[in-house]
Amino acid sequence: MSTTTPATPTGKAAAATADWLDQRTGVGVAVKGLARKLFPEHWSFMLGEIALYSFITLLISGVFLTMFFVPSSNEVTYSGPWTALQGTTMSAAFASTLKLSFEVRGGLLMRQVHHWAALIFLAAIVTHMMRVFFTGAFRKPREINWVIGFVLLTLGLAAGFSGYSLPDDVLSGNGLRITDGLVEGIPIIGTYLSFLVFGGQFPGTALIPRLFTVHVLLVPGLILALVGLHLGLVFLQKHTQFPGSGRTNGNVVGYPLFPVYTAKAGGFFFIVFGVIALMAATMQINPVWNYGSYDPAPISAGAQPDWYMLFLEGALRLMPGQAEVVLGSYTLPLNVLIPGLVVPLLILGPLAVYPFVEAYATGDKREHHLLDRPRNAPFRTAYGMSILSVFFVLVLAGSNDILATHFHLSLNDITWTLRFGFFIVPGIVFVVTRRVCLALQRKDRELVLHGHESGRIVRFASGEYVEVHTPLDEHERWIRVQHEPIRPIQIAPAEDSRGVRRKGFAADARRQRLSRLFYETRVEPVTPAEYAAAQAHLAVGGPHDEREQITAGADTGSISQG
Amino acid sequence: MNEIESHGGPAANLPEARASVQQVPDHFENPGLPEHTPRLGDVDPRADKRRERIVLALFALSTLGTIGVLVAYFALPTGKDVATIHRSNLWLGLGLAASLLGIGLAAVQWAKSIMSNEELVESRHPMESSPQVREAAVRNLAEGVKDSGISRRGLLKSAVVGSLALFPLTIAVPLIGNMGGTWDVSKLKHTMWKKGLRLTIDPNGRGIKASDVTIGSVWHVIPEGLDKTPDPLEEKAKAMVLVVRLDPRDVKSEQIPGASYEGIFAYSKVCTHVGCPVALYEQQTHHLLCPCHQSTFDVADGARVIFGPAKRPLPQLPITVDDQGYLVAKSDFTQPVGPSFWERLR
Repeated sequence: MSTTTPATPTGKAAAATADWLDQRTGVGVAVKGLARKLFPEHWSFMLGEIALYSFITLLISGVFLTMFFVPSSNEVTYSGPWTALQGTTMSAAFASTLKLSFEVRGGLLMRQVHHWAALIFLAAIVTHMMRVFFTGAFRKPREINWVIGFVLLTLGLAAGFSGYSLPDDVLSGNGLRITDGLVEGIPIIGTYLSFLVFGGQFPGTALIPRLFTVHVLLVPGLILALVGLHLGLVFLQKHTQFPGSGRTNGNVVGYPLFPVYTAKAGGFFFIVFGVIALMAATMQINPVWNYGSYDPAPISAGAQPDWYMLFLEGALRLMPGQAEVVLGSYTLPLNVLIPGLVVPLLILGPLAVYPFVEAYATGDKREHHLLDRPRNAPFRTAYGMSILSVFFVLVLAGSNDILATHFHLSLNDITWTLRFGFFIVPGIVFVVTRRVCLALQRKDRELVLHGHESGRIVRFASGEYVEVHTPLDEHERWIRVQHEPIRPIQIAPAEDSRGVRRKGFAADARRQRLSRLFYETRVEPVTPAEYAAAQAHLAVGGPHDEREQITAGADTGSISQG
Repeated sequence: MNEIESHGGPAANLPEARASVQQVPDHFENPGLPEHTPRLGDVDPRADKRRERIVLALFALSTLGTIGVLVAYFALPTGKDVATIHRSNLWLGLGLAASLLGIGLAAVQWAKSIMSNEELVESRHPMESSPQVREAAVRNLAEGVKDSGISRRGLLKSAVVGSLALFPLTIAVPLIGNMGGTWDVSKLKHTMWKKGLRLTIDPNGRGIKASDVTIGSVWHVIPEGLDKTPDPLEEKAKAMVLVVRLDPRDVKSEQIPGASYEGIFAYSKVCTHVGCPVALYEQQTHHLLCPCHQSTFDVADGARVIFGPAKRPLPQLPITVDDQGYLVAKSDFTQPVGPSFWERLR
C-alpha cells in the first residue's frame, strides 16, 4: 500500500502492519480521508473535549473503584482502621467505601478523581452547550446533534446522581429520601413508582445494587453509544468555525487531524486528566467517613448536593407550601411536583427544541457552518442568558442556608428575595442582554464606519479640533460586516387579489408574530454603500462634515423596525 | 477598498471613495486568509533547538511523575489516621498529575511550537446526497417494498406492528411486577407505634422517663424494640419521633387535644414536604427546622408550618406514661407520616 515510507526498520514494520490491516479491512480509505481532515481552532471548541476527556477519566477511575466497591445493603459491623466508626453497623456498600478510602492505597485518590471528574464532566457539558447555543452551532444541519447532546446532558445528570448515592452515606441517603418524596408525590401512581424504585418501602435493600447496575452499565453504555454518534456526526458534518478572513460557509480552515490534532487533542486528554488528578490530590471531596452510614434519623445543617443538582434543590426550597391541594379525598402535592418536575421541564424543554423553533421563526432552510457572534443574534443570546439567570437564581436558592450563615442574612429574607427573583431576574436579564447585544452591534457599525480613535488631535484652520480616526484594516472590518441581517419573515396577505380569504393565513400570521418577536428589533451590519458614503463624508474634510457624519452614522445604527 | 485604506489619511482617499459610491457591491468581499507569519523557531535554528528541548523536558517531567507515584505507593503506607491517608493521597496524586500533565503539555507544546502552524483550507459539500443518489435510494426502497408485498397485504402490516409493539411486555411485565416487592403501598400509612409501646432514645433504645424530660430539652426517639423488627431502617424511616417539653404557658394550640403529656409533645420527625428528618430545634422560638428545604414548624402551635415548602403540620404521636413513669404511645399516628401522596387520605 505505502510506497513512500522510509526504509528504516520501524518504517518497514509500520508499512507491513498497514499492509496487513488494509488487505483485511480496506482501512486505507478511512486513513486517506481522515488523516488530513481539517478541524478549525478556537478555545471554546475545547469545552466539548473537556466533557469527553473527563468522561474517559470517569471510565478509568470507575473501573478501579468497581474492583473494591461492594454494591450491597447487607448489614456489616465495621472493624476497619477508622476508629470513629469501629464496632458500628453499616451497609456493605458504605464499609467498602471506607475500605477504598483508608485501606486501598490510591483508592482515596481514585474516589476523589472520580468525583471531581463527574463535577467537571457536567460542568463541561453545560458550558459546551452554552457555546453551541450562543454561537448558533445548532442550526441546520446540526439539529440532531443538539438533541443528542441534550440527551447526553440528562444521561450525565442520571450518571452523576446514581453514582453520588452509591456510597450509602447519610448525605446521599437524604438525597434519595428527597427523591422518594418527589416520586411519591406523583398523582395516582406515585406510591407504586416509589415501591418500583426501592423494591418496597424506603430505603429498602434493593436500591444500592440496582443503582450500581444503572451507574456502571446502563447509563455509561448509553452515554458511550451516544458520544460515538455525537462525534461521528461532527466528523461527517465537519466542525463549525467562527467567521473571519478566509473562512466561509463553504470551507473549513484549520489544522489537520494528523499530526496537529492528534497531538493537541491527545495531549489535551492528558492535561484534563492531569488537572483532575491535581484537584484530587489537593482538594478533598465527599469525605463520607465524616457523615457515617445512612440512617434515616440524623442530618446535618448546611448539606449541599453536587452542583448540578442544586437547581432542583433550590426549586424545592423556593416553592411555598400552600401549593399542596386536596381534591376530594386525593392529595396533589403541587408544592413538590411544580419545583420537582414542572420547573425543570420548563427550563430544559424549550432548550431541547430551540433549534426547531428558531428555524421556524427564521424560515431559513440553508446549512450554516459559520458560527454567529452572540451579539449578532440578540434574541437568542438574551433568551439563553435569561435561562442561565433563572438557573443561577435556583442554584442560589439551593444554597440559601449557606448564604445565610456566610453573609449573616435572614434565611427567610433570602428565600423571599429569590422567590421574586425567580420571576423578575430572567426578564431583566433578557432585556439587558438584548440591549447589550444591540449596543455592541452599533459599536461594530461605528468602528467600521469611523475607524479606531487614534488619540491624534488635529487643529483645523478654523481653529476647531478633531480627533483623527484610523480606518480598520480589512480583516478587522470583515469580522464586523460579514454576517447577514435576519429580518422577520414576510407572508402573503390574508386575501388574494379577488378578496378571497387564503387558507393557512392564520398559521402564517402566527409564524410571522414569532418571527417579529425574534428579529423585529435589530441592528443591521454596515453595507458597502454605507461604508462608501461614510468614507466620502470623511474625505470631503472639514470639521462640519465630520460632525454631520457622526449623526448620520448614529441614525443608520439605530434600531430598524419592520 | 484596500486601496482606500492603504492611503491612510482621509483626504488621500477622496477620488476612490467617490468612485466607489457609484459601483458598490451588495456585500463586502471576504478578504481571504491573512498572510502566514513564521514563528521564531521556524527561522532561527537556536530557537528551533530550544523548542525541542522544552518538549523533551516536559516528557522527562512525566517520567519523573510516574517514578514519584511508584515511590509514593511503596513508601507511604496508609495507616489508621486521616493524616497518613492524606499524605499518601497527596503524593500519589501529585505524581499522577505530573505524569499526566507532562505528557499532555509536551504533546500540545510539540503541536503548537514544532508542527506546522499554517492553516489549511478544505471545502465543504452539502450534506444532502445528490439527486441521482436519492433517486436510486428511493428506487431501491420501492423495489424492496414491492418484494415484501407489504403494500398489498394490509393485515400483514398491522400484524408486524402489533406483535412488535406487544412483545416487550414479555420482559416488562415480569420485570416491573417483581421490582416493587410486595406492592403493599398501604404500609406507608402506618408505623410500628401502638398503644403502650415505649418511646426510647435513638440510638441506644433506652426508655425515657417523663420526669427526665426537662422544659426546653429535645429528644430524638425511636420505638422500643426497633432493632428486633425485620426491617429496622424502613420502620425507623417512618416511626422516628422528636420529643420536646414546653412550658405550658408557651403552648398556643394543640394538634390533638390530650395527645401530649404534661407539656411533653411527640411529633413525627419525618418532614411532610419530601421526608427529610426535621432535626433542628430552636429552643427559644419552639421552631423545628428541616435542614433540607427549610420547612419550619412551630412546636408550640400544633407543629403548624410557619415557613418553607411544606404544607401540613408534622403529625403528632399521642403519648402518655406507663405505670413506671416511662413515656409510651397511646396509639399509632392518627394520619400517615412523611411526604404527601395521592391516596394518603383514603
